[in-house]
Amino acid sequence: MISKEEVKHIAKLARLELTEKETEKMQKDLSEILDYFNLLKKAPNPAKTKNFVVGNKNLRKDETTPRNATIAEKLIAAAPDKKDGYIKVKSIL
Amino acid sequence: MELADFTIKKAREGLKNKEFSSVELTEAYLDRIKKIDKDLNAFLSVTEELALTQAEQADKKIASGEFLELIGVPCAIKDAILVEGQKCTAASKILENYIAPYDATVIKKLKEQGAVILGKTNTDEFTMGSSTENSAFGATKNPHDSARVAGGSSGGSAASVAANEACFSLGSDTGGSIRQPASFCGVVGLCPTYGAVSRYGLIAHASSLDQIGPFAKNVEDAKIVFDVIKGKDSMDATSVEPGISNFKFQISNLKIGVPKEYFAKGIEPEVEKIIRGAIKKAKEAGAKIVEMSLPSSEFALACYYIIDPSEISANLARFDGIRYGLSEPAENLSEVYLKTRGRGLGEEVKRRIMIGTYCLSSGYYDAYYKKAQEVRELIKQDFAKAFKTVDVLFCPVSPFPAFKIGEKADNPMSMYLADIYTIPLKLAGLPGLSMPAGKIGNLPVGLQIIGNHFQEDKIMSIAEQLEKML
Repeated sequence: MISKEEVKHIAKLARLELTEKETEKMQKDLSEILDYFNLLKKAPNPAKTKNFVVGNKNLRKDETTPRNATIAEKLIAAAPDKKDGYIKVKSIL
Repeated sequence: MELADFTIKKAREGLKNKEFSSVELTEAYLDRIKKIDKDLNAFLSVTEELALTQAEQADKKIASGEFLELIGVPCAIKDAILVEGQKCTAASKILENYIAPYDATVIKKLKEQGAVILGKTNTDEFTMGSSTENSAFGATKNPHDSARVAGGSSGGSAASVAANEACFSLGSDTGGSIRQPASFCGVVGLCPTYGAVSRYGLIAHASSLDQIGPFAKNVEDAKIVFDVIKGKDSMDATSVEPGISNFKFQISNLKIGVPKEYFAKGIEPEVEKIIRGAIKKAKEAGAKIVEMSLPSSEFALACYYIIDPSEISANLARFDGIRYGLSEPAENLSEVYLKTRGRGLGEEVKRRIMIGTYCLSSGYYDAYYKKAQEVRELIKQDFAKAFKTVDVLFCPVSPFPAFKIGEKADNPMSMYLADIYTIPLKLAGLPGLSMPAGKIGNLPVGLQIIGNHFQEDKIMSIAEQLEKML
């Protein structure tokens, strides 16, 4: 069983504020789910896992492709707090 | 106008022969939505203005003889796919008022072929779930039984087609989110090969698994839509251009594999009977049936529920109260993150972010994430081996038909188990189709056809022949 302190620690890492009730439910659910993952211990060990990437491995060239400027305006418009074409963020330090 | 009769092909014929205009057809669908969707809840928003504008344009094009693949045909779009200028909520409070700044590539392609967009359909929040009960805006009901779920996560897209609120629709499939609701609602749903369709403009869930695909009334329609949306896109590096194949596959020449793990403990006997019946029909048509084993199947669900939440925990970091939608006022930046995410995200989304964060955290990474990736390789090898001897695999989509609303809502593990037959192929990046194979009472049951990479044409060719026999 995962401890309540662990749940709180993980929630902090994940930047999630949980209520006391949510923390309790999470403790129960996570414990059950993590227990289920123990099933994987039964799985045979593969000789070598070749790669972790699915699909093609071609990366695109680092080129600048022209896009319509209105797209940038719309992206900024979606931000909750903005000024003069910039997204406002609270001071970090 | 009898909307129940309309397939894409039939709608186009009617438009071509001037039996009705696209505006008339669109209005008929909008009326139907107004009439029944208050109860059904398949739509989160109806884009009436956009639909009517597109329908008018389609009528002009038809009049000038420009007869595109989907010209004037009304469709519905899962609310996790961006349609420029329209709300896109992913059924989450955190994006409740978010307006899509651009079109997803699939939407661009639908528009190029003249399709009419009726609205955005309900889904589990951020496409995480198997019933749409995780939607922040209420569950979609099953059109065949209003006490039951439509399946999920693309439940709204499946229900809209089943209830004749749209001629076809688009959904997305990460662990079964197209095939399972297609099975529950009795429509055709295709999850294409990983890379077959661009995901640009699909709100990301788990990037090594997400794929967009169609819902339709029959296999032919699903193929028409798939052919429109597929192909390489410079905006999605994982997308590839599939080879062109016009080869006709005859059931009589095929070897169909039946993996025994998909008929193990837990499957409802009535579901098994229907699926075995479909296999028998294929056999009678001359197919060779090969009973086989995919031994790593039993690990697929655990493997998926490590990989999927791990990717979620990274992908959903962008919902921080700074870039989009909801932002909770707070003293400092860290508090903005905590409060916005705490209030804006629903229970299941939080749960998956927590599982993912746990599995990726220092000290647990090897035991969970790395182990899951190794098991994923075993699952891929299982399928690769199978496709050396058979053309396609036949199996159920779900161990049971649509379950009751609320039945699994409080127990995440039992909800996860609903995906047991749809998940393994996703871990291998394979395509799968759900097609109606029979009914238990009035509840539809889907047959799943799994093919090798980029063999959607083979799957659909077989499904089309089978459609006539079932």
